[in-house]
Amino acid sequence: MRNDTVNGSRGSLTHPDIKTMAEVNVDVLRPLSRPGKGWWMLLGLCVLGIGLMLWSWGIQMRYGIGVSGLTSPVGWGVYITTFVFWVGIAHSGTLISAVLFLFRAPWRQSIYRVAEAMTVFAVMTAGLFPLIHVGRVWHAYWLIPYPNSRFLWPNFRSPLVWDVFAVTTYFTVSAIFFYLGTIPDLAAARDAAKGFRKKLYSVICLGWRGTDREWHHLSKAYIFLAALATPLVLSVHSVVSWDFAVGIVPGWHATIFAPYFVAGAIFSGVAMVITLSVLVRKAFGLEAYLTIKHYDAMAKLCLVTSMIVLYAYLSEFFMAWYSGEEVERAAFWARLFGGYWWATWVMLVCNGFVPIMLWFKRVRHSIAALFTISIFVNIGMWFERYVIIVTSLHHEYEPFAWGMYRPSAVEMGIMVGSFGWFGFWFLLFTRLLPPVAIAELKEILPKPMRPVVSNPVPSADQSGDMSNG
Amino acid sequence: MDSGFGILASYSYLDSAVKAIEQLKKAGLKEITAYMPYPEHAVEDALGYDQSPVRVWALVGGLCGAAGGLAFTSWTSVEWPLVTGGKPILSIPAYIIIVFEMMVLFGALSTVIGLFINSRLPQVKPMVVYDPEFTGGKYGVYIKVPEASREQAMQILNAEIPDQLQEHQMGDDRG
Repeated sequence: MRNDTVNGSRGSLTHPDIKTMAEVNVDVLRPLSRPGKGWWMLLGLCVLGIGLMLWSWGIQMRYGIGVSGLTSPVGWGVYITTFVFWVGIAHSGTLISAVLFLFRAPWRQSIYRVAEAMTVFAVMTAGLFPLIHVGRVWHAYWLIPYPNSRFLWPNFRSPLVWDVFAVTTYFTVSAIFFYLGTIPDLAAARDAAKGFRKKLYSVICLGWRGTDREWHHLSKAYIFLAALATPLVLSVHSVVSWDFAVGIVPGWHATIFAPYFVAGAIFSGVAMVITLSVLVRKAFGLEAYLTIKHYDAMAKLCLVTSMIVLYAYLSEFFMAWYSGEEVERAAFWARLFGGYWWATWVMLVCNGFVPIMLWFKRVRHSIAALFTISIFVNIGMWFERYVIIVTSLHHEYEPFAWGMYRPSAVEMGIMVGSFGWFGFWFLLFTRLLPPVAIAELKEILPKPMRPVVSNPVPSADQSGDMSNG
Repeated sequence: MDSGFGILASYSYLDSAVKAIEQLKKAGLKEITAYMPYPEHAVEDALGYDQSPVRVWALVGGLCGAAGGLAFTSWTSVEWPLVTGGKPILSIPAYIIIVFEMMVLFGALSTVIGLFINSRLPQVKPMVVYDPEFTGGKYGVYIKVPEASREQAMQILNAEIPDQLQEHQMGDDRG
């Protein structure tokens, strides 16, 4: 047994600045208080964004899908682009919480709560877009698999039906995962809170007390959920990619689409985790919890996935040339030099070339540089989906059916507003739920052992410094 | 209603709590509950835990989901056979995706149900003895003892120098 004591100077390897377990509660629960002016201003901005989205959507409901730029040949535009973008963002949360959990990555503990919250809210945002895209949203329940009035069931061979199952399952499982991991921390919040917040946390922590029985079953359930969620992460974006790859559109019909999309999703998701966690870290003073080591690890994950994505881009161009298919060649030529050349180059620069800087340790160890790169990646990954969807559709087989698509103001309003919707939930999260996994962090801290002294310390001395109110 | 006692000791140090549990078990006192700020294997080992039955819930739920998904997609296709895209009526490879998603969904839901049943959550009974510092960094050992063993249990718990010792008469917490 180690001789580290609760008051000793040695922290864990990943968190050298955390001295005691009780300190974790104080630091992590501090944000769960009355928010300041800055928070309210941000929330106001997000509410404005939601307003913009609802206003634009209202116009579309009133006048029909014609107010968008969607028409033949480009029937999928900004809505589907933004849907795929948000589903992709949602991927790193469960990756960090489930996959890295199974692989016992030592740096996941302090980052995964933010990543999971982001996942749940990103799926909530993504889920809006199929409803917006179908136009007559009051018929959205047709997405539910049930027989129509002539007892004909949906076509389960259709990737769009698979997508309904995949995204619904993903939302449910990631929400369960998020909530179960939070229960012990909600109990910690309950024990520290007063008044209304105490009542609130008492209810949502389900009366958690941290008994051996509760922990025993929770930690086992957590392993099984992680084991179920790990293939789920890979399956969901594969299914999203098949929405495209199963169609015989040049630029879509490729076997690499599933791994290409999954890598892209993890890439964009980790970038968004960096963006958000840098802000949370700064706002709540969590520097001891989200250390440079954590950012270094995430930057490496970004770098690897960026290389996979760049490889996929290049191999697509190569295959188009090598296949000798005239239509395929023309489509990829149009991608680079056609009407949407700017979108393609934004994608290549932001996703393929900017992340090359992550090879340098100095860049990986600079929070400001990482934050900037992560913003580039977020932009680049939106454009990647735009390129895949719009440029492929605008330049299919028949030259007379080629045509340009321009997103309308309504579409742009809804797209921009979706960031407000996402930000709204994320801001509520930062003030209502512990932003770092308190209990799991303690698992990797040194355990408090009785100091080895000749006469044991009387108990009265210890009760004072452990109390955290 | 038994007329025993419940004693709760809070410890700052992990080894104190583990030792107290081991001593209590050695003395033949079985009704021990431990409180921890995080899942501590040393405590679970001291208490002697088996495999959690939650794994059966995960397995059965997953299998039911998979079977249900396959039955659902196949039955609905056969119910009204309609050829689309020249594909067979029973396009099993396409259905595997639905089968997989259903397996994960029902596996996860059933794991949660299994967890709630086995760990007795949600816990609506008010807490009679509890120390809010258990979620902070302290370890707790709670023991239910009959009148006769009360002195012995007290002695074992006190030997490890608890920060706090709470005691209550049985019968007032049994819902």
